[in-house]
Parts: sequence; structure tokens; C-alpha cells
Amino acid sequence: MDHLSVLAEAATPGDFAAARTQMAFSLGWHIIIASFGVAMPAITLFMEWRGYRTGDVNYRLLARRWARAMGVLFAVGAVSGTILSFEMGLLWPGLMGTYGEVIGLPFTLEGFAFFIEAIFLGIYLYGWDRLPPRVHMLSAIPILIAGVVGTLCVVSANAWMNQPRGFDLVEGKVVGVDPWGAMFNPATGPQSVHMLVAAFMVTGFCIAGVYAVGMLRGRTDRYHRLGFLVPFTVAAVMAPIQVGVGDWAAHFVADYQPVKLAAMEGLYETERGAPLHLGGVAVDGELRYAVEIPNALSLLAHWDPNAEIMGLNEVPADQHPPVNVVHWAFQIMVVAGLAMLGVALAFAFIWKWRRQWLTNRWFLRAAFLCGPAAVLALEAGWTTTEVGRQPWVVYGILRTHDAVNTAPGLRVGLVVILLVYALLTVATVYVLRRLARDKPVPVAPQESDVETFPVP
Amino acid sequence: MTSADLMLAVLFAAVTAYALFGGADFGAGFWDLFAGGAKRGHRQRKLIEHAIGPVWEANHVWLIFAIVLLWTGFPAVFAGVAATMYIPLTAAALGIIGRGAGFAFRKISVTLPRQQLFGAGFAFSSVVTPFFFGAVAGGIATGRVPPWDQGPGDILTAWWNPTSVATGALAVGVCAYLAAVFLTHDAKREDPGLVPVMRRQALWAGAGVGLLAAVGLVVVELDADWLAGRLWRPLPAALIAVSALAGLASIGLLALGRYVAVRVTSGLAVAAVLGGWAAAQYPYLLPPATTVDAVAADPAVTRATLWAVLVGVAILAPSLWWLLRLSQTPAHQGAGGETGHQEDGRR
Repeated sequence: MDHLSVLAEAATPGDFAAARTQMAFSLGWHIIIASFGVAMPAITLFMEWRGYRTGDVNYRLLARRWARAMGVLFAVGAVSGTILSFEMGLLWPGLMGTYGEVIGLPFTLEGFAFFIEAIFLGIYLYGWDRLPPRVHMLSAIPILIAGVVGTLCVVSANAWMNQPRGFDLVEGKVVGVDPWGAMFNPATGPQSVHMLVAAFMVTGFCIAGVYAVGMLRGRTDRYHRLGFLVPFTVAAVMAPIQVGVGDWAAHFVADYQPVKLAAMEGLYETERGAPLHLGGVAVDGELRYAVEIPNALSLLAHWDPNAEIMGLNEVPADQHPPVNVVHWAFQIMVVAGLAMLGVALAFAFIWKWRRQWLTNRWFLRAAFLCGPAAVLALEAGWTTTEVGRQPWVVYGILRTHDAVNTAPGLRVGLVVILLVYALLTVATVYVLRRLARDKPVPVAPQESDVETFPVP
Repeated sequence: MTSADLMLAVLFAAVTAYALFGGADFGAGFWDLFAGGAKRGHRQRKLIEHAIGPVWEANHVWLIFAIVLLWTGFPAVFAGVAATMYIPLTAAALGIIGRGAGFAFRKISVTLPRQQLFGAGFAFSSVVTPFFFGAVAGGIATGRVPPWDQGPGDILTAWWNPTSVATGALAVGVCAYLAAVFLTHDAKREDPGLVPVMRRQALWAGAGVGLLAAVGLVVVELDADWLAGRLWRPLPAALIAVSALAGLASIGLLALGRYVAVRVTSGLAVAAVLGGWAAAQYPYLLPPATTVDAVAADPAVTRATLWAVLVGVAILAPSLWWLLRLSQTPAHQGAGGETGHQEDGRR
């Protein structure tokens, strides 16, 4: 942007790369935890409710255990989310200084949603032995609503970067802002629903994976079966839905961000009846070694085998996203998604006709792998949409390079952040593993907890 | 009053709430750090854990809320502060990670070495984080942050200067003081044997904060002419006087054993200092030249945001009240087992 021309100096390429890496890393880290924050309360509440209705101790024990894990994950999510709000300014003052007001409204709403989430999670966790059961279960409802609303708000801000609306630019200054128009831009619908469904898949498959491992080690009691079945069912139901939502998102990209679609598919020349490229590497302005499925891209993107698809060469080369990253990230996401769909369908078949296969080792192994696959798909999907938007941070308006902080030393910050996150990752995984293994002790002196309680 | 002024008032309210509630949580970490060895400090650490456990995340959200309001209402100020204060804000962010994760991890750890490891992370981060926030505030107030369209200021001296060091130290002291005052009343309910300990700490912290504040005023006088001149105008001076009086009253109330009333006066003392700072700076958001009007967002944005705040607060206030009240409620007698639900839920 023009106001940068008055700055003494621009960021060095190294600092710019460091800023992008830091943002990508801390976002990619947080999004996994955030997924649990959105979906885990719903699954935990369901367990608690079943336990309350049936009196089945297994449900209630699972609910309590998951609530503890939820407490840890929420704390980690709260702090890693805070870092992101700092980084918006620390790394990208050029974005926030000009456009902060345009995307401020969804972030304010998300601030409230997060507040409600934090308050009621505090009530829910702390109130377990202090509130009557029904009140206690009702106290989880605001957490679920706030999680969904928060997801919508944050993703709508990202969607705005893909489809900037709701303002005018006059001499580099933002005027005539329509905050609601900015929030509900064309990308908001497909992106936020895609993310919401992904959150349930990540959470469901990951929790189920823990109990799948337990069952593979021979612990096939009711406690482990329920711990596996409930979250796995949630995620498995989401898998086919996600294919439909993904199709919606792809149509959106085809209509509104043709350059991103071209990068996702490695398509350089505009053509009618464009083929789908499987695999391949982009070298010197062409995609090599790819397997082509004739007309498939046109068919998938526009429901018309002869539709025209724009190629990358329609825009100057300095506006091309890194094709290999985007192309491969997209394919990884799709393959992981279809693999999860396959396991989900197998699960449906087993549930209906071959219930005894539920403890089959190959099924359990595949079910366990759905957890990592869901996380992989989540990361690959975000990589597709974020890298596919480059070189723009605000699509077609502000280049990422013009938004970065020009203060020196961003590289040092990256190293420090990576070290801290490495520690945080190790500690989180360690604590969650111990949580599963240890006999929990009373959290507060008056919480006569589980020591007298036999764990099946 | 324009909508930008109203927005600024809401922002200031959020900052004050964070200073009071978030600050007390950081201060709890301060006392955790200085509670002594594992055996001697055990009771005090239990009290601290019990007091901040259910509320710290909700209190922490005030910070996120303030940041978001800042970039929504005054984007150029947010960008300017973040760009110039890159180092202390990164440090504060890391401190927030260490504090939050350390506390959550310690809370569910069962063996002593693990509790000590995570507890150390929690306590150390709790002490250093307020320093960086205070240093940033000092740098802003003394006009060391240029608005964003002029590029970043000096990334070292903006926060490492006499006033910033003084305000950073004051922030740490204020957190410790608030925590000691709040914990004294908590101790009365949870572990009465700790009341004299916490009261003594509160009195020391109160005296220390008074001293730090006085030193701070001298430092500002020497270091920052612009701010010094504005601090002694009627409104800021009155607020500083209110703060001093409330601080003295707090010491008296502590000595008399009025542990609920002292929560109010100590909170007032802290809020009045912040108010004095705000009144001295107004209408300059980034001294010495950037005014509210010059950097305010489009009125359509501030109006929409203020409506959102109004609706949000209507939902938030009763919820927060419930949480804070519940956090002061002991568990039911004979509460039951890991599965919860004292009446055992069976049908």
C-alpha cells in the first residue's frame, strides 16, 4: 500500500519469511486445540446426559475424564489463541492498521463468545459437584452455542481476507465501512461450515483413537467400547456431510477465487472441459507427471463437463500462489477426507450387519488412523486456502509483503516462539497422557474425588 | 461525546477489568513463587489454586477483549503499538502461555516433581508478564510510540526507559497487592490459619505499591515532561489523590480485619491510578500528537461494535456473576466420586 512508501525501510526477506512461518505455525497449532474446544463439550455433555439417564457408570466416568482433558485443552487453547491476537499486530501491522476496523466486528463478537465459553466452562467444570445434575448439564449449553458462534465469527474474518467486502478505498484510506457486509461476505458460509464440521471430525476421531488403541491392547470392556463408539459415531456421521460441504467450498472457490482454484489444480492455461490433475509437480510454468482425468475438473467445479476454467497464466506471474504447495495440500486434504469417508462407511456396514467385527484389529487400526488423518486434512485444508490466497493477505487489495512489521528481528522472535511451542507441545501431550493413566486426585480439598472409585 | 469516545470508555473499562481481575490472578502467581519450599508453601499454594482455578480463564478474556476493541476502534493505534512494542508484547504473550499452561498442568498433576516443574512455570511467568504490560503502558504514555503510518519507533527504548521500568515494576506490585488482598478473604473461608500470613503480605504489598507509585511519579517528572505536565491538571490529580486515599484506607481496613471492604478500596486505588493515566493522556491516544478523532474507526464500525457490546454485556454480566459466586461456594457435603452428581443420578 502507498502508506508504506513513507517507511524508512521494508522488512528483509528473511524477516518476512519468519513472520509468515510464525503465523502459519501458531495458527496451525491453535486450530487443532480450537477444534477440540468447539466439539468436545458437545460430546462430553452427551456422555454425561446418557450417564444421568441410564445410571451407567461407564458413561459418567468417561464424561468426567473428558471434562478434565477439556479443562487442560481449553486452557492451552485460550493462551495459544491469545498469542494469535497479539501476532495480528506484532507481525501484520500493515493489515491491522488499515483494515482492523473492517474486521473488528466479528472479532468483537468472538470476544464475547469466547468470554461466554470461558465463563460457562468454568461453571461446568467447577460446578460438577456443586450444582444439581440438570442445572449442571444445562450450564454446558452456552459453551456449545458460544463455540459455534465463535467459529463462525473468526472464520468470517478469515473469509473476508478471501472476499474483502464492506468498505471503500479512497487514497489508501478505508471509508464507508459496512461491518456487517464485511462479516457476511460470500466466503463466510462455505468456509465456516467447512471448519465447523472439520472440528467435529478432528475431535471425534482423535478421542475415539485413544480408545481404539486401548481396545487393540485387549481392553474391550464396556468403558472402552463406549469411549470409542460415541465419538467415532459423531465423526463418522460428519464424514459424508463434510464431502458435501467441501464440494460447496470448492464451488465457491471456482466462482470467486479462480486463481486459487487454478493453483489447487495446477492449471496454467485457461480451457474448456478442463481435466482433473492427480499428483504432478509444477516446474517452469507447467504441471508435469500428473495423471489427468478428462473433463473432471470442469464437471466438479461447475457441474458442467465443458465449463471453462481459468488458468494461472491469466494473471501476472508475480500474482501466482506457490502452485506445488497449494496443489499438494489440496490433494492431501481430499485423499485424507475420502479415506475417512471410507472408514466411516465401513463402520456403518459393521454396525448394521457385522457387529462382532467392531473389535477386529484391522478395523480398529483404520479407526485409530482416522484421528491423524483428520488433523492432516485440517492442516492441509488451511494450507490450501491460506497459501492459495498468496501473494495477497487481503485478496486483490493488500499484498502480504506490504502488511508485515518492518521492525528488525522478527527472525529471533520466530526461533523463540518455536522453542516455546515445542515445550508447550511436549508438556501438553505428556500431561494428557498422564491424565489418562493416573488416578486423579482431588482437585480441591472438598472434592471427594475418585480415590474410592473403582476404575473399570 | 462521539461514538469514538464511548468506544474509548468501553476499552478503558475492559483494561481496568483486566488490571483488577487478571492482575489479581497474576499476583496470585507472585505469592505462589514466594510461598517457600514444597512443604512450607503447600497450604498457600492450595489456597491460590483454589482461588484462581475456576476464574482465571474468564478473567483472561478481558485482555483479548481489550485488544480486539483497540484494533476495531483505533486500528492505527493498535498497529503502531504492536509494531513498536514487538519485543515486550511477544514476551508478555509467552508469559501468558507459561502462566496459563503451567497453572492448568500443575492443577491436574499428581506427583510433586511435576507439580514443582509446572508450578515454577506458572509462578515465574505470572511475575514477569505484568512487568511487560506495565512497560508498554509507560512507553505509550511517554510518547514513545509513533502512529502506524510513521512506521515502528525505537523497538528497545520504547519500553526500556526510566518510566517504563517504573510502570512495569508498579504493575507487578499492583498485581501482588490485589492478589494478597483478595486471598486474605479467600483464606478466611478456605483455610483460616492462613489469614494472618496473607494479611501480613497484603500490608507489605500495599506499602510497597505506595512506594513504587511515589517513585514512579518522580521518575515521570524527570523522564517525561509532556506527561508530567498533564498529570497535575485537575482531573488526573484528583484521581491520583483518590488512589492515594483509597490505598491508605485499605491499609487501615486490613489492620481492622475488614477483608471484604478492603477488596473494594484496593480495587478503587488501582482503578483510580489507571483513570489518572487515562485522564492525563486524553484526548491523545499516542502522545504527543495523535488524538482520538484522528485515529478513530469509521463511525459505522464503532456504532455496530457498541451495539454488540451492549447486547454482549447483557448476556455476560449475569453469567460472570454466577461464575464468581459459584467460585466462592464450597462443594456439597459428601459430593460424589469421579462421576459427579452427588445424588448419584441413578434411576
